[in-house]
Amino acid sequence: MNSRTLQTTIIFLVVGGILALALGGFFGGASRQVSSVWIETQTWISSRYVGFQDFVAAPRDITSLRARNAELEAEVSRLQTQVIELQQRVNQTDILAALVDFSRSNPESAYKAAAVIGRDPSPFLHYIIINRGSNDDIQRGMPVVTNQGLVGRVDAVIADAARVQLITDPASSVNVYLQNAKTDAVLLGSVTGDVSLDMISQNAAVQGGDLILTSGLGGGYPANLIVGQVVTLRNLQFELFQQATVQPAVDFTRLEIVLVITNFRPVDITPLVP
Amino acid sequence: MKNLVAFPLLALAVILQSSVISQVKLLSGYADLPMLMIASWALQERVKSAWHWAALGCALIGFVSHMPWFILLVGYCAVVFIAQTFQKRVWQAPLLAMFSVTFIGTLVVHLFTFAALRVLGTPFAFADVIGLITLPSLLLNMLFSIPIYTFMRDLARWVYPPEEYE
Repeated sequence: MNSRTLQTTIIFLVVGGILALALGGFFGGASRQVSSVWIETQTWISSRYVGFQDFVAAPRDITSLRARNAELEAEVSRLQTQVIELQQRVNQTDILAALVDFSRSNPESAYKAAAVIGRDPSPFLHYIIINRGSNDDIQRGMPVVTNQGLVGRVDAVIADAARVQLITDPASSVNVYLQNAKTDAVLLGSVTGDVSLDMISQNAAVQGGDLILTSGLGGGYPANLIVGQVVTLRNLQFELFQQATVQPAVDFTRLEIVLVITNFRPVDITPLVP
Repeated sequence: MKNLVAFPLLALAVILQSSVISQVKLLSGYADLPMLMIASWALQERVKSAWHWAALGCALIGFVSHMPWFILLVGYCAVVFIAQTFQKRVWQAPLLAMFSVTFIGTLVVHLFTFAALRVLGTPFAFADVIGLITLPSLLLNMLFSIPIYTFMRDLARWVYPPEEYE
């Protein structure tokens, strides 16, 4: 070993020893001051480096975050659409289940379900348009019901659609039977969509809440379809008949799916009318 | 040829009328989209096919509605007549003309419908029709008239471009 190498080795050993003693805490306050300066310097440099790194990397992160945000927003709107569709299906399923229950409890009739796809363009008339027509064996005059009660009857038919006159139409009249009073009457529509009873015998004891069913007279509708309930009675002694206002069983503002009774053939009594 | 746009446009208007507008009720009345389109079309200066549009509108509505076709035909032709009369006299204030035609046209169509249906045997009370159908429909028609007029004015410029006219 030459003298230069020996000198270097000694210097390394001395410096290493001093460092070891300093890190071991043997230099006391001087050691703490050195280490605190070191740490502060490192902290300053480190914080500046992190700031610089953020500055350089931030645009890329914002771009990727925006892209991710857009993806998530699209996903949210897709899921919201799906939720709405599923809610609609649940509603339709509920309606169809109720209609199936109704058809099972009335097995004497054959039914064909149809969706309501429109209403008459004129506010003077109360008609709906359904998506079943002559291709589905729908014929003019067939009664239309829901699980709640009578809706109306088919007025006109084309291949894939039919127009239905509601019982609320001003030109509609249905022969009905008041179950409790055991008397016949005529149910009339009106321009406002309200329905009323007329031609109730003065001798009949009609009360609010009495159930109204179709009587089947005249052959326009089958008997015993629920129409509604009597709300109030108007009884004037000088009139020939009593009148009553009626709460229809069907909510005509929310008609979505209806049942057409396909095995009923209306009787045309026009030739018998004097 | 561009006039053939009447077929899809009026068909769409009748579909919208039947499926959407008829559900947007004020009391028992609702707006008459085909009538407003025909009225605003007839009010355009260069348009010469307003009567054709009225006839086509009647045919399309008659296909959907239970309303007898002759009621629609007379009503809509009356609207075209009123619109063309106003267009010649109030040509400097088209929106005023549109409001006037909408107002008078709605009243005329409803009065004629009421009278014809009464004659055909439908029991209507005049007060009910005015209060529950005509006045609410009038209000809705007035509300719809401005956007429809704007749309039809742009359509008229497309169907009858100025250079073709001159």
